[in-house]
Amino acid sequence: MPTLPPTFPMTTLPDAEALVGQLVDQLRPHVSPDTAMVGIATGGAWLAERLHRSLGLAIPLGLLDISFYRDDYSSSGLKASVKPSRIPFDVDDRDILLVDDVLYTGRTTRAALNELFDYGRPRSVHLVVLADRDERQLPVAARFVGATVRVPPGCSLELRRDAHGILALALEARLDAGNTPAPAGPSGAGAGR
Amino acid sequence: MSQANPQLNARGGLQHLLTIEGLPQEIVRHILDTAGSFVGIGEREVKKVPLLRGKSVFNLFFENSTRTRTTFEIAAKRLSADVINLNVNTSSTTKGESLLDTVDNLAAMNADMFVVRHAQSGAPHLIARHVRSQPHLHVVNAGDGRHAHPTQGLLDAYTIRHYKRDFAHLSVAIVGDILHSRVARSLIQVLRTLGTPDVRVIAPQTLLPTGIEGMGVKVFHDVEKGLRETDVIVMLRLQNERMRGPLLPSAQEFFKTYGLTAERLALARPDAIVMHPGPMNRGVEIDSLVADGGQSVILPQVTFGIAVRMAVMSILAGGS
Repeated sequence: MPTLPPTFPMTTLPDAEALVGQLVDQLRPHVSPDTAMVGIATGGAWLAERLHRSLGLAIPLGLLDISFYRDDYSSSGLKASVKPSRIPFDVDDRDILLVDDVLYTGRTTRAALNELFDYGRPRSVHLVVLADRDERQLPVAARFVGATVRVPPGCSLELRRDAHGILALALEARLDAGNTPAPAGPSGAGAGR
Repeated sequence: MSQANPQLNARGGLQHLLTIEGLPQEIVRHILDTAGSFVGIGEREVKKVPLLRGKSVFNLFFENSTRTRTTFEIAAKRLSADVINLNVNTSSTTKGESLLDTVDNLAAMNADMFVVRHAQSGAPHLIARHVRSQPHLHVVNAGDGRHAHPTQGLLDAYTIRHYKRDFAHLSVAIVGDILHSRVARSLIQVLRTLGTPDVRVIAPQTLLPTGIEGMGVKVFHDVEKGLRETDVIVMLRLQNERMRGPLLPSAQEFFKTYGLTAERLALARPDAIVMHPGPMNRGVEIDSLVADGGQSVILPQVTFGIAVRMAVMSILAGGS
């Protein structure tokens, strides 16, 4: 395991671009020509695009939109823009890096694992996240973490991508300060978590 | 329709799908976009998502239909719902039970959704009105009389969008038995809702409802004039079972005057697509060469129909 990720107090957010570089360094010794990568829409997919390119992975990048697997569907419904999931490789017996922007309750990860297993039976799945909020409600852990970030109550931590493709973390106040993830954020922002 | 749209809940979300009429364009687009995400699921190792797990969907078919019932059943099962098929014409109604008593009994069995096909126009509306005090219950119209067949209209729109991308410059011709066709009605409404500038209906006067021009379509009696420069041709089945009295000389005569042959198809744009809601009568409204030809998208319509029905059911069940 690499050194422990840095922990940031709630007032300062780490530089997402620097964290991408750190994640690439962390991941490099663990990838092989057979390693596959899957990003979780939306923010996780942005991060996965960057990691996939930097690591020069040969197997095409996969994308999961977990909307059809969410556990809060019966109360929140379907968000307006569900993207089709696309796994352009055979999942069976594959080592897969599952990439998300922010790890929070663990519910998104659970949904993503459920969906991934509907494509086949991977040999291993390891979770890669840019930021870990460390407020888990499920037994989920990331193996590769950019930084641990403490988020003030009533806020969500979001990844954003500007017109030049630069990634940045941002805090967003949210109305439902409960446990359920907020519905789809404004365009240009990853799903708030 | 009355002042308050019975299909929408208090927040403007979709509560029932009864007709395309009065449906906001955003909801139509939301259904089509969501269907796009469901198309790929049919090609996966596990052709299911858990959205409707634990929900009970009742297929209430008061009128015969194999394809529509089957595609609704497949759609519900791919959403992980439990599906109960009732061929009601062979069941309680023959013992004298009223439609609404049947519905109450099924609601007492904790139904979550009714998919209703009925020979009487308005039957799904009646059921929707009857269950309005139970907001967890959703009604989908799977075809009522001559009135509406909204999921067919939506799947036709999905198919057209798949091949033509956009509705803004399209010319669409609907040919055949418009009079008895709830498919034609729903298709015209969805095309108008999505801003299709040129919608044509082509049929003999006896197979056109009066006042059809009021739906924003151009009427043609001459198929060769009507098909010129069209992008999409939708052929309809001659519904002999609904015809009362002689509306046509014969099926052969109809084919001679209105049937889609390769020569007539050549009058449309070279990249025009040919659609048919099925079941089709080869040699009556469409020639086999055209039905099986390179411009036919009749079978993709069936595949897309499942995804569209999955989208409708998941949007309904997620809105309560």
